[in-house]
Amino acid sequence: MKFGPTPWQTVGPFFGPALVAPGLDVLADSHTRGQRIFIEGQVLDGDRSPVPDALIEIWQANAVGCYDHPEDPRQDKALDPAFHGFGRAGTDKSGCFRFATIKPGPVPGVDGGLQAPHINVSLFARGLLRRLTTRIYFPYEELNASDPVLKLLPEPRRASLIVKQVAKGRFRFDILLQGDDETVFLEI
Amino acid sequence: MASLVGYQPEDEASHPPNAYPDYVSTRKRAPVHPPIRIAHTLSEITGPRLVRGASVLESLDLTRGSGGEALGERVIISGRVLDGNGRPIPNILLEIWQANAAGRYAHEEDRHDAPLDPHFSGAGCLLSDAQGRYRFVTIRPGAYPWANHYNAWRPSHIHFSVFGPGFASRLITQMYFPGDPLLALDPIFNSVSAPEARDRLIAAFDVETTIPERALGYRFDIVLRGRNATPMETSR
Ligand SMILES: [Fe+3]
Repeated sequence: MKFGPTPWQTVGPFFGPALVAPGLDVLADSHTRGQRIFIEGQVLDGDRSPVPDALIEIWQANAVGCYDHPEDPRQDKALDPAFHGFGRAGTDKSGCFRFATIKPGPVPGVDGGLQAPHINVSLFARGLLRRLTTRIYFPYEELNASDPVLKLLPEPRRASLIVKQVAKGRFRFDILLQGDDETVFLEI
Repeated sequence: MASLVGYQPEDEASHPPNAYPDYVSTRKRAPVHPPIRIAHTLSEITGPRLVRGASVLESLDLTRGSGGEALGERVIISGRVLDGNGRPIPNILLEIWQANAAGRYAHEEDRHDAPLDPHFSGAGCLLSDAQGRYRFVTIRPGAYPWANHYNAWRPSHIHFSVFGPGFASRLITQMYFPGDPLLALDPIFNSVSAPEARDRLIAAFDVETTIPERALGYRFDIVLRGRNATPMETSR
C-alpha cells in the first residue's frame, strides 16, 4: 500500500447517533463573553428541496477574535474559558438547522490586517463525497469591505456568505447546494 | 511577528470529486461552481479538538454495549493517525459508526428489512494515544442494500470521522474489509479514481492484532493532510 492521504468518503445518511447529540448546537452559556446570537437556516438541493440528512459544523473565534487552540498565539491573553468555538447540528426533516452562539470578533489575516468577523462552516451530507466548506459573515461590518476572502468573490455571489438579520441577534444563513445562485464554497 | 504553518493543498488524486453521477445522490447535491481557493489563516489552521460532551474512552468495545453480547463476528480494528509526513498525531478524536452484523443501522430512517441487535448501538468515539494509535473492538458489519442502482449493496464498511489538528485537516471516510466482492461494484468506493488511493480505504488483516479464541484483527492507518514545510509570516 503506497503511503498517501486517506481519501474522503461520504458521511452517508446514518451518522446521527454517532455525531449528533442534544446541546452540540449551543456554543455559549451564561458565562460566555460577547453578544448572544442565533443563526438559523435551511439546506436546499438543486431542486430547492430540503436536505434532511445534512450535518453542519461551525468553528469560530470568541468575542475578541481568539480561537481556543494552541496554534493561536494569543491564548494566554484572550481566551474565554466559557467558550470553545465548536458547534454541530444535523438538519431536521425540513432541512433546517440552528445554532446558539456569540458573535465572533475579528481575526488576524496573513497580511497583517484583520479579517472581518466570520464563522467557519463545514457541511457534510449523503450525496456529498467530500466536505463542503464556507464562511458566515455578518451584515453592516466595516471590515467586510477589506476582508481578504470576501474580496475574492464576484460581487453577485458575495451576498450568499453574508447572513440576513431577521430580528435583533437572529440571523438567517440558507445553504443552496447547487444552481445559479448556489452558496459560495471555499477550497481551503 | 508570529509564524503560522499552513496546510498543503489537498492531494486531488487521492480524493473523490463531489460530482460523481454513478452515485445518484450527488446529482442534485454536488455544487456546480468550482470552490474558491483561499489562503490559510488562523481560521483554517486552528480547529476543534474535542466535541463537547463526547465521552471519550481510552479503549472502546462496541460488542458489549447494554447488558449483553452483540451478535456477529467480533473484530478488532487498530491503527495509527498520521500526518502527511507519516508522523503519528496524538490526542486525535475519532468517531465511528456502522451497521450491525445483519447490515442494519440503529437509526430510525434505516428501512432495511434486517434485524436490529439490542446489544449493538454501532457508534462510539475514542482518542488516539501518545503514539497516535487507536484500537476498538466491534462486530464486522453486514452488507446492506441501497437504492442507488439495480441490486445495489454497500460493501461492509465502518464510518470514521476524524478531527485533525486544524479546521483544514478534518476528514470523514469509510473503512472497508479486504477481499470484499462488493468493492468492485460500489460507486462510493470507486469515486476515488486512483487505485492506490482506493487501497488506502481497505483495512489489512493482521494476525498480530488478532486475539486467539476471541477476534480477528485488522489494521487501518489514517493519514491526514500534510503541513507545509515552511511557515508563513503573519503579524500579531
Ligand atoms: Fe454506511
